[in-house]
Amino acid sequence: MHIDELNELAEQIRTQHQSCQHCVRVCMAASCQSSGADDVLKRLEDAAPEGDQVQVKSVGCMGLCSAGPLVEVRSRGDDQPIMYQHVESQDAEEIMGSLGDSVVQRLECPTSIPFFQRQQKIVLENSGIIDPEDIEDYIAADGYSALVEALTESSPAEVLNEVNLSGLRGRGGGGYPTGLKWSTVAKMPATQKYVICNADEGDPGAFMDRAVLESDPHRILEGMALAAYAVGANRGYIYVRAEYPLAIDRLKKSIRQATRKGLLGANVCDTPFSFDIEVRLGAGAFVCGEETALMQSVEGERGQPRPRPPYPAELGLWGFPTLINNVETYANIAPIVRNGGEWFASIGTERSKGTKVFALAGRIHNTGLIEVPMGVPLREIVEEIGGGVPDGRRFKAVQTGGPSGGCLPAEQMDLPVDYDSLREVGSIMGSGGMIVMDETSSMVDVARYFMEFCMTESCGKCVPCRVGTYQMHELLTKIAAGKGTSADLALLEELCEVVQMTSLCGLGQTAPNPVVSTLQYFRHEYEEKLIRDEFVDMEQQTEEMEAVS
Amino acid sequence: MIQTPTPNVRVVTFKIDDRDFSAREDETIIQVAWENGIRVPSLCYLEGLSVWGACRLCVVEIVGSPRLVSSCSTRVAEGMEIRTDSERLQAYRRMILELLFSERNHVCSVCVSNGHCELQNLAQQCGMDHVRVPYRNKVYQVDSSHDLFRVDHNRCVLCSRCIRVCDEIEGAHTWDSKGRGIDTQVITDLNRPWGESDSCTGCGKCVQVCPTGALVQQGTSVGEMHKDRKFLPYLSRMRDAQ
Repeated sequence: MHIDELNELAEQIRTQHQSCQHCVRVCMAASCQSSGADDVLKRLEDAAPEGDQVQVKSVGCMGLCSAGPLVEVRSRGDDQPIMYQHVESQDAEEIMGSLGDSVVQRLECPTSIPFFQRQQKIVLENSGIIDPEDIEDYIAADGYSALVEALTESSPAEVLNEVNLSGLRGRGGGGYPTGLKWSTVAKMPATQKYVICNADEGDPGAFMDRAVLESDPHRILEGMALAAYAVGANRGYIYVRAEYPLAIDRLKKSIRQATRKGLLGANVCDTPFSFDIEVRLGAGAFVCGEETALMQSVEGERGQPRPRPPYPAELGLWGFPTLINNVETYANIAPIVRNGGEWFASIGTERSKGTKVFALAGRIHNTGLIEVPMGVPLREIVEEIGGGVPDGRRFKAVQTGGPSGGCLPAEQMDLPVDYDSLREVGSIMGSGGMIVMDETSSMVDVARYFMEFCMTESCGKCVPCRVGTYQMHELLTKIAAGKGTSADLALLEELCEVVQMTSLCGLGQTAPNPVVSTLQYFRHEYEEKLIRDEFVDMEQQTEEMEAVS
Repeated sequence: MIQTPTPNVRVVTFKIDDRDFSAREDETIIQVAWENGIRVPSLCYLEGLSVWGACRLCVVEIVGSPRLVSSCSTRVAEGMEIRTDSERLQAYRRMILELLFSERNHVCSVCVSNGHCELQNLAQQCGMDHVRVPYRNKVYQVDSSHDLFRVDHNRCVLCSRCIRVCDEIEGAHTWDSKGRGIDTQVITDLNRPWGESDSCTGCGKCVQVCPTGALVQQGTSVGEMHKDRKFLPYLSRMRDAQ
């Protein structure tokens, strides 16, 4: 296939789509599905009039998960679509009846609110718009044009150059420059190289990657194929957790569709470039999101990290140079190659380019998925886009970066959200989970919760993480129960440092972060729970006496 | 992952604890340190087995780098300045040892390896005389089903030397691990009693490389278990020569 042929095909599909008067889109991502979108879709399809005037379509995530199931109506000629929230199956007839002349007022979801207006979409540009199970919809939205054009018109070095120019940094958490990672793998002299997509999203409260995979799976395949072309790989793996059945299903379908169209497989677009992608399922271990453990798991071994260096770029899957990037990183590649690296670099801040997808969760009005330019102040995300804390309660903290991140208090709300600013104040960007907490949350409990998570997810290989997280969890439990002493708190802080400094992999090195950051900003909450020093001896005596009696 | 010398490797010069050294660039920090009498503590590293990097006792500082590195897995480089014994490192090592002692039951006075135990020696070497973290006091079963050997999980430090020697040197892969995190445990075959193992050849290499009294010969009493590892450098050298 040549780029002209692809464009022609895209034009054909678009013309087909334009023949219908109304397009009714039903969000069929996991969140809306779990609140009954299946039935809504069925009833809408039944209620639709015969002929091709009305098209009912299942699409991916529309973002505002808390208002699901969501339905969007786009009529020809109207540039503003109508969005309906909390739709139930019995509303189907009413929505169908209103098409073209009125709006079902009681279901209408205002799209003028900051939640929709303040976003800038690159990664999610097709989410909620295209049918994720139909490759033609993706092609109609300029899909695969970057790949076909690169394969037929550009050299791998040119693709690499665009990614370098874009300033894109890894979206998995670390923020390592993507272009640098790619060129390291590209420079490796090897006959065999691999490309891996890390879709083992495991942070509590994070669902960005799931939404991208469920809403726009072809975007990941295109990004991976471009990566493979740039670094000289011919095989790819998508390591996705088994807890995402819908994403797995859609990925497998997409791979089949793309292979049938000649966009994956042997001699893509009749060029010498061949690329096969295989889906591998994770069996539920959080640590397998760490790249060396992930590779072990793909190889069929026990998912345990190994010391780095050597990095995967040098010694990766089965000993060959391997490129590992996160879902959201790959999702940015096709737009970068299509529009040029400079376009991407014009968005965001000096050192953090582009946009970032965040999953808003916890005590916040608009729970869901958003995409904003890097550098947006935290306050804007929480108060304006997120709609603030509900039930008239007071905002207390926002947790970013999952179990490797930290809790930021109200004083830090004017912080621009980018990799370096977050790191400076003791948290991290992480993969994009944001959990908002109000005044009812105890920060000791929050720290204890994340420590429990790290303790149960520790692989058990290195001593500081295996035993250290266990002991820190014990100490936090003791303090939370009001039985801790100032000596316990001192020991906890000492353990934090040892585990951070000496653990083998990122899981252990960052496991103390939630404790460190809550101690930094909410130390009084810990201290209030301690037994005062003058009572410690008395307490011990009572315990001993109880034991004797 | 046994390190074989590659041709045309350069020789580099660097500093360990302010002393100048030279070594081949494919040598690791711990190899050079031990060769020159600098006893960087370690539990999981054993010459002749693959690098595991899990006990974290051998972490060292590299001047100019904020991160600590494990000296068993890090190669020396030109101009590198390594510190193996700063106060900070000593404190970290003591804490790691305390964590190990708290994890399972390590009561030296009733242990068959008393006096010949690497964990005990390390505690003395690093000056760990108290355990400030609470003991877990978890009871593990002793598997005495094998005719010649015995495994006492209460003494195990999960260094994985037994797993590696069985897989890499003996080639039997009888040992492996189950569970994760604090519940990790070494197992024989698919968690069957050792005596019923189909794959075990009874060679006893695992017993000899075990740093503590977890793997011992049957019939040994307190302080009687001496380990003999003379076979390992020879076998791994022969293996490399092939």
